[in-house]
Amino acid sequence: MSKILIRGAKVLGGDVQDVLIDGETIAATARKGEIDISGTGLDAGDATVIDAEGQILLPGLVDLHTHLREPGREDSETVLTGTQAAARGGYTSVFAMANTFPVADTAGVVEQVWRLGKESGYCDVQPIGAVTVGLEGKKLAELGAMHDSAAGVTVFSDDGKCVDDAVIMRRALEYVKAFGGVVAQHAQEPRLTEGAQMNEGIVSAELGLGGWPAVAEESIIARDVLLAEHVGSRVHICHLSTAGSVELVRWAKSRGIDVTAEVTPHHLLLTDELVRSYNPVYKVNPPLRTERDVMALREALADGTIDIVATDHAPHPHEDKDCEWAAAAMGMVGLETALSVVQHTMVETGLLDWAGVADRMSHKPAEIGQATGHGRPISAGEPANLTLVDPAYRGEVNPAGFASRSRNTPYEGRELPGRITHTFLRGRATVVDGKLA
Amino acid sequence: MDTQHPHHPQDQTHPDAARPVLEGPDIARVLTRIAHEIVERAKGADDVVLLGIPTRGVFLAERLAVKLEGITGRKTPVGSLDITMYRDDLRMKPARALGRTEIPGDGIDGRLVVLVDDVLFSGRTIRAALDALGDIGRPRAVQLAVLVDRGHRELPIRADYVGKNLPTSLRETVKVQLAEEDGRDAVLLGVKQTAPAGEQ
Amino acid sequence: MMRHLISAADLTRDDAVLILDTTEEMARVSDRPIKKLPALRGRTICNLFFEDSTRTRISFEAAEKRLSADVINFAAKGSSVSKGESLKDTAQTLEAMGVDAVVIRHSASGAPFRLATSGWIDAPVINAGDGTHQHPTQALLDAFTMRRRLVGKDALGQDLAGKRITLVGDVLHSRVARSNVDLLHTLGAEVTLVAPPTLLPVGVEHWTCDVSYDLDAVLPKSDAVMMLRVQRERMNAAFFPTEREYSRRYGLDGERMAKMPEHGIVMHPGPMVRGMEITAEVADSDRCTVVEQVANGVHTRMAVLYLLLGGNEPAVSHARPTDSENK
Repeated sequence: MSKILIRGAKVLGGDVQDVLIDGETIAATARKGEIDISGTGLDAGDATVIDAEGQILLPGLVDLHTHLREPGREDSETVLTGTQAAARGGYTSVFAMANTFPVADTAGVVEQVWRLGKESGYCDVQPIGAVTVGLEGKKLAELGAMHDSAAGVTVFSDDGKCVDDAVIMRRALEYVKAFGGVVAQHAQEPRLTEGAQMNEGIVSAELGLGGWPAVAEESIIARDVLLAEHVGSRVHICHLSTAGSVELVRWAKSRGIDVTAEVTPHHLLLTDELVRSYNPVYKVNPPLRTERDVMALREALADGTIDIVATDHAPHPHEDKDCEWAAAAMGMVGLETALSVVQHTMVETGLLDWAGVADRMSHKPAEIGQATGHGRPISAGEPANLTLVDPAYRGEVNPAGFASRSRNTPYEGRELPGRITHTFLRGRATVVDGKLA
Repeated sequence: MDTQHPHHPQDQTHPDAARPVLEGPDIARVLTRIAHEIVERAKGADDVVLLGIPTRGVFLAERLAVKLEGITGRKTPVGSLDITMYRDDLRMKPARALGRTEIPGDGIDGRLVVLVDDVLFSGRTIRAALDALGDIGRPRAVQLAVLVDRGHRELPIRADYVGKNLPTSLRETVKVQLAEEDGRDAVLLGVKQTAPAGEQ
Repeated sequence: MMRHLISAADLTRDDAVLILDTTEEMARVSDRPIKKLPALRGRTICNLFFEDSTRTRISFEAAEKRLSADVINFAAKGSSVSKGESLKDTAQTLEAMGVDAVVIRHSASGAPFRLATSGWIDAPVINAGDGTHQHPTQALLDAFTMRRRLVGKDALGQDLAGKRITLVGDVLHSRVARSNVDLLHTLGAEVTLVAPPTLLPVGVEHWTCDVSYDLDAVLPKSDAVMMLRVQRERMNAAFFPTEREYSRRYGLDGERMAKMPEHGIVMHPGPMVRGMEITAEVADSDRCTVVEQVANGVHTRMAVLYLLLGGNEPAVSHARPTDSENK
């Protein structure tokens, strides 16, 4: 493999540096100009030079919450198209949720997804195993077998459904300690959300859509952090969406409970006011909340109460959104717009610098999911999983250009900043000049 | 019926824009004559029902009823007949607010209905009125009284009682003003500024 | 210009009064030997009913036929819809058959709005009730009934300024309540909702009305009381403990009705659950306008259909800002 020299990028948004990739690893980093292909200073030899003037170099992004849909719903996404979308979004590692058909609740299914990821070559795919058989919340799946499989599953989640039985949740939290696993909870009290269609509040009252109360999320989070404390386990909370959830996680952390939490890009930007259009592109689980919730989530991501950004990339075919609200599927694609939304909501508002973005979108998610080789520092000897971002770019989101097989983005036509110009997976460019390599 | 174009201030300001061809006393005289003609042709007018076509036809019908009472000493039933939903150009313009249809208590079956309108032009309004009447009852006969006949008929319709025949060109506009609606009585002849034909 | 009638909240005061005035004219047609007008001759209107509602469908059908429209009735049950055909495909199929307007009833809130704004079809859409969202023609016929009874027959040009209207019952699941609150407020009435807290939506405090849990306290100050239907099934979902307890606290019987002012009327959108929200004594009394509401429903729908479809563009303006519509 030849060498690549990234010249003049701001590493983590800070110092302007040259970064030399040799094979699968970062060979050297140095002040701009010190690495020279002509032979002075450090020798880059015949490296391909990428002029990264004005661009930000980040560690390859890691998404702890992606729906790749394969096996079962290849009409909406496959591991190949999903990882291509991930690469275009600057990701080098994604965690594939278990709610496939069949459900990823056995070693066989997780190994299949893992193998498909290897074959795709665009992005590392780490399967997430289901907590319970068939996501039904009744009986623990063979968590150990999935961990011991070639896929080496460490994150378990029934995402899409809540592990609502307190005893099952307790057992799962305890059981995965044996091999250092973590349970990622989709916090949604099922009885409080029967027939729920959108955030319960002023807008739902007017629109006559079934209300999804914040307390349905918060009550489960409260229970689960207390359970985690009781059994001495760690717990990860998926897609926080309310100000109350933030308060609970903040309280739990202050108490020393081993809890981590994620927020999606869309919950950092969009509110339930958008549902007034009855356009199901805004239908998502958990639902879009209020402006107050959005602000609380941003603040929590900035101060570290929320550890990471995770996309909850949820592809759906056109017909599942081109219908009346109640009949529509829940979810939004997010891999290809995540960094732009974070730049818009967190960086340009001054809440987070680029080093913070690297932490919330790469270091921390890799740490929570134990994604080996990802979320590492940008320094010599580290795996060359890197993302180059042009933060000055401004453009309207055009889903026609997505690599994802689905187009259900809530940002169509919206101007967002930033563009991934290059993504490197272990030294190999998966995206060059914004296009799949 | 309104031939004024409010978005063209010339209509209001240009001295030649609208010239009175009948003034208040002329209109009163003309209505008196029509009332006498009705009594004469209807042989006493004891089965006459006057139906004005909104808006100004209704005021004219009411005035005629007063005159008829002056002549015959009896009250003549008077009402209104809205033709909006019977128009043949309904779909060529925005949906219009409806006028009032008020049929006198004894109905129109077997009666002599005299339709009253301000201006007779293409004849399409009267065609619509005849259709509307057909849905309400079966008069013995239907006659038509108009204040002004300006010609340019597009249908085989003629008036039985005409206040004034006013030969006009299609470039001209005829506007009737009545005190009940406009604060004064007059028939104004003007020149159309733009806008396609369609007024009466 | 408003091409569709989706929500009572979209109507301005002048729009609403124009509809009520036009309804007066339509009502007069019913006294004639030939109850038919040619206004919509040659126009085809489809009644697209995804939810059973015989009375609303018949009311629209009567209104359409009296205006000489050609009527196609489409009931989703037993049709291709039950075989999985989407709303979009159904609507497009009907439009391809030359439908000029669609009257839609759907169990999903927002389905008429989607149909009107998604570019699926060009035809005007009239909402005949969607989920727990809106039922604008019901609100209009209720307002017409109130204006006739409380202001006067032929009160052309007038609204309901200062009238005190009380809505009682299952507000949470009621599209009638939502539509009425919106329209009555627009028309200047003072609206009070009375219900057990379980049957009021979270967020109701932002509505343009008052809320009370005490029917007896509100009745003496009510020019009209509208009893909303309460489905017995709600009991099983713990919205109230028993039918008897509901009736005792929120039902209208003769004794309670006597607390209303003498001119006060009792309304119900139907179908009534006698013995639950209303006793037979009240339902059959002179003060109860249920049958009148049904008659007024046809006239109101005639007025709406005429004003929306009678010309080359509607006579009703649009209060909703256009940017709230999808492109």
